[in-house]
Amino acid sequence: MKDISRSVPKEDHDEKVSGRALYASDIQMADMHYAKTIRSDRPHARLVRIEYPTLPDGYIIVDHTDITGANHVNMIFEDWPVFAAGVVKHVGEPIALVCGPDKQVIQSICEQVVIEYEDLEPVFEFQDSVVQKAFKKGDPDTAFSQAKEIVERVYETGYQEQAYIEPQGFVGYLEGEKKVTLIGSIQCPYYVKNAVMKTLACDPDDVRVIQAAVGGAFGGKEEFPSLMACQLAVAVLKLKKPIKMIYEREEDMIVTTKRHPSKTTMTAALDETGKVLAIKAHVALDAGAYIGLSGVVLSRAMLAVTAAYTIDHLDVSGDVYVTHTVPNGAFRGFGAPQMIFAIEMFMHHLAKHLDKDPFDFRKAHQAKQGDKTATSGIFRDPILMDAMIEKATNMSDYHRKVKAYAAPNVYRGIGMSWFLHGCGFTGSGESDHIKAKVRLRKTEKDHVYVLVAAVDMGQGAKTTLKKVVVETLGVPYHQVTFDHPDTDDVPDSGPTVASRTAMIVGGLLSQAAQTLKETWQKGKEQVVEKRYRQPDFVVWDEKHLRGDAYPAYSWGVNIVEVSVSPVTYDVKVENIWSVYDVGKALDERIVIGQADGGIAQGVAYGYLEVMQHKKGTIQHKNMTDYIIPTSVDMAPTETVIFDNPYALGPYGAKGVGELSLVGGAPAVALAIEQAIGRPIHKIPATPEMIMELIRHETT
Amino acid sequence: MKPLKFILNDQPVETHTNPSRRLLDVMRHDYGLTGSKEGCGEGECGACSVLLDGHAVNSCLLPLASVQGRQVTTIEGYAKTQRFAVLKQAMGEEGGSQCGICTPGFMIAIESLLKKHPKPTDQQIRIDLAGNLCRCTGYNMIIKAVKRAAKVGEGLW
Repeated sequence: MKDISRSVPKEDHDEKVSGRALYASDIQMADMHYAKTIRSDRPHARLVRIEYPTLPDGYIIVDHTDITGANHVNMIFEDWPVFAAGVVKHVGEPIALVCGPDKQVIQSICEQVVIEYEDLEPVFEFQDSVVQKAFKKGDPDTAFSQAKEIVERVYETGYQEQAYIEPQGFVGYLEGEKKVTLIGSIQCPYYVKNAVMKTLACDPDDVRVIQAAVGGAFGGKEEFPSLMACQLAVAVLKLKKPIKMIYEREEDMIVTTKRHPSKTTMTAALDETGKVLAIKAHVALDAGAYIGLSGVVLSRAMLAVTAAYTIDHLDVSGDVYVTHTVPNGAFRGFGAPQMIFAIEMFMHHLAKHLDKDPFDFRKAHQAKQGDKTATSGIFRDPILMDAMIEKATNMSDYHRKVKAYAAPNVYRGIGMSWFLHGCGFTGSGESDHIKAKVRLRKTEKDHVYVLVAAVDMGQGAKTTLKKVVVETLGVPYHQVTFDHPDTDDVPDSGPTVASRTAMIVGGLLSQAAQTLKETWQKGKEQVVEKRYRQPDFVVWDEKHLRGDAYPAYSWGVNIVEVSVSPVTYDVKVENIWSVYDVGKALDERIVIGQADGGIAQGVAYGYLEVMQHKKGTIQHKNMTDYIIPTSVDMAPTETVIFDNPYALGPYGAKGVGELSLVGGAPAVALAIEQAIGRPIHKIPATPEMIMELIRHETT
Repeated sequence: MKPLKFILNDQPVETHTNPSRRLLDVMRHDYGLTGSKEGCGEGECGACSVLLDGHAVNSCLLPLASVQGRQVTTIEGYAKTQRFAVLKQAMGEEGGSQCGICTPGFMIAIESLLKKHPKPTDQQIRIDLAGNLCRCTGYNMIIKAVKRAAKVGEGLW
C-alpha cells in the first residue's frame, strides 16, 4: 500500500491561485442590497432613546424588535444578544442594521440615527466571575503540607486577534416566501443554521447555510458568524431582497472575538530534592461582555495545566470574568496557549530558583505512557517525547547554544517548549453534544460525493478528507467530489474546530468508505452513513472534570532562537525548529503547512502581536496598528513529523491544527529571557517591556 | 466628460465612471474581476495587488484616474501567461497557498519581484514580499515556491 502521507495536489489550489475561488464578498446577485451595523460607542450604558430617521424607499432598519424568536445567539451560554435591547455592554455592540441598495445612502442613514445613552459604570478588571470550575488530582493538600518549599509565580497573556486576511462576511437571500439562505465565511455551518433557527423561531427547512470559500478563520469564524447570520436573516426576511454584509477591517478588528487575556497563578510544592510534589493553579480569563464559549475555553486551559509533565497532586481552578469589553472567543488553541505559556515558564523558573539545569529538571517531570493525566485519566498510547526532544535538540544544536548564550552581553537566546494538545472535543463533547454524522453518496454513474459539514478554511480539509475516501475506496481522485458544505445536502458532522476534523470526521469517513467498498454495487445509487461512537475506554465525569479528557493527544517540541538588539530591544527571531507527533500525517505537505503557519502565530503571540483596549475601546484596530508577522519577521523553520499511529484515527491520524500554535509563545519567551538575562512573566514581550525589565531589574 | 482609457488585461477599455473611485472597486464591481481581494483597505496586506505597467501596486490605494493611459493586469489577466503557469505549479508543489485569500496578491507580487530579480536571494524575497500579508503559511513555503519558480522558469523572467 502506498504511504498516505505522500502529498497530492491540493484540491482547491488552481481556483485559489488564479483568483477564481469565490469568497463571500465575491458573490454577485441581481438586485444586491447591502447592510451596515449601528453600534454602541459606550462600554456600558442604558439605551434611553433611539431615534431613526425617515427612510427613503427601499431602505429598512432592523433591530431587536424585529426578532421573532430568541434575541440571543445560540451557544453554550445564551447570554449574547443578537441586537442590544435596553442596555449595551461593550463598545461596538450591535444595535441595529441599516439595509438598502446604495452603500452611500446607508452610510448617511447611519449618521442620522440618534442614540441617547445613560452611562453605567463599566468594569474592566477581573472582578465579576460568572463561571467557576475546579478539579483535583491525588492529594494536593497533604503534598502542600509536607512541602519543603512553596514557590509561586504569576503569568499574564494579552489579547490575540485572529487576523484572517478575509474579514467576516455573508450574503443572505430568500428562497421562496420564507426560506432564508446564507452563504458565508464560516467554520461551522450547523452552528450558524441552529442559531438562525432559534432567532427566527422557524423550522429547519426554512434555513439553509452554505460555506463560501473561507479566507482564513483560526477560530475567529467559529461562533462570531452566528451573530452576523442571525442579524442578516432577520433583515432578509423583512426586506425580501438579497443582502451582502461584509465587514471592513476596522469594524472586524473592533467587534469580533479574540483570544482571551489571562492571568494564571502557579504555586508549586517542592520536596527536599527539588522535585515538584504538587501544583496549585488558578487561571482567570477575561470573557469580555458575554460568556459565549468562554466556559469551554476555560476548561481547555485548565486541562492543559501540566502539559507534557506528570505531577501527581494537583489543585486546579479557574474563573471566567465578564468585563465591559468586546466578547472573546475561539482562537486556535482555545485556552491551551495561555496555560502552556504559564506551565512552561513556571517549570523553567522553578529550575532557575532551585539552581538546577532547566533541561534536566523538566526531563525529571516528563509524562510517560501509562501515567495519569492531569484529570486522572490515562496516557494510553506511546509517548515519543524522548526521541522527539533529542531530535529537536540535535537539529538546533540546542545544548551547545544554551551554554554559549549564557555568557553576559551576548544578547542571543534559545528557548524550548514541550507540549501536548488534546484531540477533539473535551470529554463527552463528541458523544453527548456533537454526535457527528457523515454520509457518502454514490450515484448510478458510480461517482462518490463526500457529504460532511467540515469546512476547508485553508487547512486542507477538502484534500485530506477526500484523500481518506479515495484511498480507502481505491478509486481515482476524479471519481470523488467534495463540495463546500450546504446544510440542505450534508449531515451535521460537527463544527470545524478543536483539532477534530482529521481525526473524528476523517475517521468516520474512512469507516463509511470501507463499508461502501465492501457493499459496492456497480451502476447503483448507494448511501452510507456513519455516526460517532465514543471509544469504550473514554470515561469522563464532566461535573468533576475527571477521567479521560480526550481520546488521544498530539505532542510537540518547539525550539526558537532569537537575538535582541541591545540598543532598541527589538527581537529578531533567527530560527525555529519543531518536532511533532500527529499520529500519522494524512498529507505531509499540508501538515508542514499547518506546522509553519501555527508556529508563526504562536511565536508572534509571544513577542509581536499587541492588542489593548482603552476604557473598553480596542486601540489596535487595523493591520497598521496590529502587527502580524511579515515575510521579514518570520524565521526559517525546520520541522520533523514523527509517526505514532493512533489506532482509532484514519490511517493513524490524530489532531493537527492547533498543536503547532500552543508551544510557540513560551519557546520565544524563554529565548528572549535568556538573551536579556531577565525572567519573563508576561507576553507579548515587546521592546518596551524588555526595556523596563532591563532598566528596573524587576523579577 | 471624456472617457478614461487604459489597458486592462491586454484589452483597451474606456469608462465614464467617477475617476476618484478606487481601482480595486472598479475592477471588482464594474469588470467582475474579483480575483483582487480587499483584506484591509489601507495598503497594508497586499491582497488587492495588481500590476500597473508591470509593477505590483495596491489597488485599494489607487484612484482610477491614476491608471489613465497605463496597463493594468489583474490576476485574471496574469493567469493567462506562461509565467503564471510555472508559478502556479511551484506554489502547489511547495504548499504556498492555504486559505487562498492572499494568494492572487502574492502571485502578482512574485511576478513583480521575479521581473526585478530573476534569481532572487532569500533576503531579496523576504524584503520584496513584506508588503503582502499571509496568516496561514508563515511564508516559508511561499519563499520556497518563488525559488522553485525562478529555477524551473529560468529565462522566462
